[in-house]
Amino acid sequence: MESKHVLGKVFKYFTLILGAAFSIIPILAIFFASFKTGNEYGSTGALALPENWMNFENYTRAFSEGNMLVGFKNTVIILVISVIGTTLIGSMVAFVLHRFTFKGSKYILGAFLLATLIPAVTTQVATFQIVHRLGLFNTIFAAIVLYLGTDIIAVYIFLQFMDSISISLDESAMLDGASYLTIYRKIVLPLLKPAIVTVFIIKGVNVYNDFYTPFLYMPKTDLQVISTALFKFQGPFGAEWQVITAGVMIAIIPTMIAFIFLQKYIYNGLTNGSVK
Amino acid sequence: MSKFKQIISKLRFSNISYKAQRNIIIVSFLAIPMTLLGTFAFLPVINMFWYSFTDWNGYSEMNFIGFENYKTIFSNPEYFAVFRVSLYYFFATFVQLGIALYFATILSFEVKFKNFFKGVLFFPYLLNGVAIGLMFLLFFRADGTLDTVLQAIGLGQFAQKWLGNPDLINYSLAGVSVWRYMGFNFIIFLGAISSIPNEIYEASEMDGANRWHQFRYIILPSIKIIISLNLILAVSGSLSAFEIPFIMTGGANGSATFVIQTVNTAFKYGKIGLGSAMAVILLFIVVIVTGIQRKFFSEGDE
Repeated sequence: MESKHVLGKVFKYFTLILGAAFSIIPILAIFFASFKTGNEYGSTGALALPENWMNFENYTRAFSEGNMLVGFKNTVIILVISVIGTTLIGSMVAFVLHRFTFKGSKYILGAFLLATLIPAVTTQVATFQIVHRLGLFNTIFAAIVLYLGTDIIAVYIFLQFMDSISISLDESAMLDGASYLTIYRKIVLPLLKPAIVTVFIIKGVNVYNDFYTPFLYMPKTDLQVISTALFKFQGPFGAEWQVITAGVMIAIIPTMIAFIFLQKYIYNGLTNGSVK
Repeated sequence: MSKFKQIISKLRFSNISYKAQRNIIIVSFLAIPMTLLGTFAFLPVINMFWYSFTDWNGYSEMNFIGFENYKTIFSNPEYFAVFRVSLYYFFATFVQLGIALYFATILSFEVKFKNFFKGVLFFPYLLNGVAIGLMFLLFFRADGTLDTVLQAIGLGQFAQKWLGNPDLINYSLAGVSVWRYMGFNFIIFLGAISSIPNEIYEASEMDGANRWHQFRYIILPSIKIIISLNLILAVSGSLSAFEIPFIMTGGANGSATFVIQTVNTAFKYGKIGLGSAMAVILLFIVVIVTGIQRKFFSEGDE
């Protein structure tokens, strides 16, 4: 009995270490390579430590030649507007649909839920024509309107959370003469805070990591985001893997920092956001 | 001046009757979101159906050609055969959910360095898709990360052309997809398992249940709905697999998925009509698969 228990434990830790190794090793190889010189990269193994940890040449090259500053600037602009916009739109729709029943409100709710079933990547062929005709192609607004208009998971999350905000709060505010607008701004929105954190995280991860929207709709160099800037690394840096890996590291460092500081919120956010 | 202020204050929103306020709020709060939803979520679907019956190339005149595009797709194996590639991602989905469930279960019990393992197993999900693509191009290169690891553990003879061999490439790419998305399912399962009250395990231990019994008779039934939900997401994701193969190989060497093919047909070769028909087919398949699964697990739920 005792030996069986030990065996189980050994197996458990063995699989955990194996799983962790699978997760880490691809990232570790990138990290090591990003500090190597061109010759060193060619002559040493993928998991050999770099000779000089202070060799930041690849990073400076990736950052300047790879146009990553522009990428970060555009990513931040799109991210901030999309995240705030989604929060506003989502909470407004959820407020109206949760607090008022009116002719057609059920259909509107249905429309928002139905839209979550359409995988956006399948409709790009036609979406492209609309964006083009609205004159948004190759403008930063292409990504912004698409992030605001098609990914409506936020409505879902807010609607769910509204259940826990008692209507009696609205009613007592109304006795004090508060308008509906005040109720939304001063009561509902502040109480939605945990749900807003969830939306920030889910939306933030999606927008930062999205590739095909900026790739299809904003091919102009001035408009590239982190994803599309990194995608272009394959051409000019062809065989210079030490520079490409530095670019990859630059793209994932913000994610790492966010993960370290927001770990708890990220776990909760994803768990809350997916349990519909 | 004070009279002016009085008029202004009477015009304030809170002085309007609640009924009128309600109507104003409904219209003004819904106008922008509904416009965006209609324009960018539903109009494309409608247009796509329409385009799929035309020979449009994006700029010249549009001609109605009936089911011609659909005939082309179904009679040309080169268009339809790419669905075979989706099967690799489809089966990888089950591997992915299995691994996620395994780690979620063992990390729900006492484990040393629990937070470290949790973080490390989850982290890949947060990474940028292009970063992952480039990372794994390096990983699969000749003498790249994978070959180095194999050599280090004495399995050097198994080194392969992971992306060069057409028989292997889709396994490699589907593997990347597992690496990328496993953490998401894992964290969701972990959250679901943690909501099972501790007393149930304690009670079962008194009845002599071992870990396997606890998994089979307590954990699995409690998180059945979450598992089905993840299955739906993962399956529709595998059918519309695009990013990883597009970034890593551009669909070369037999790795083109249906979405890559669609995007190329429409945007690279300018066959908007034909591309739309392909997208319509994909949309149908995804909706049907989702519908079947929803039905399955909503029945199990009752």
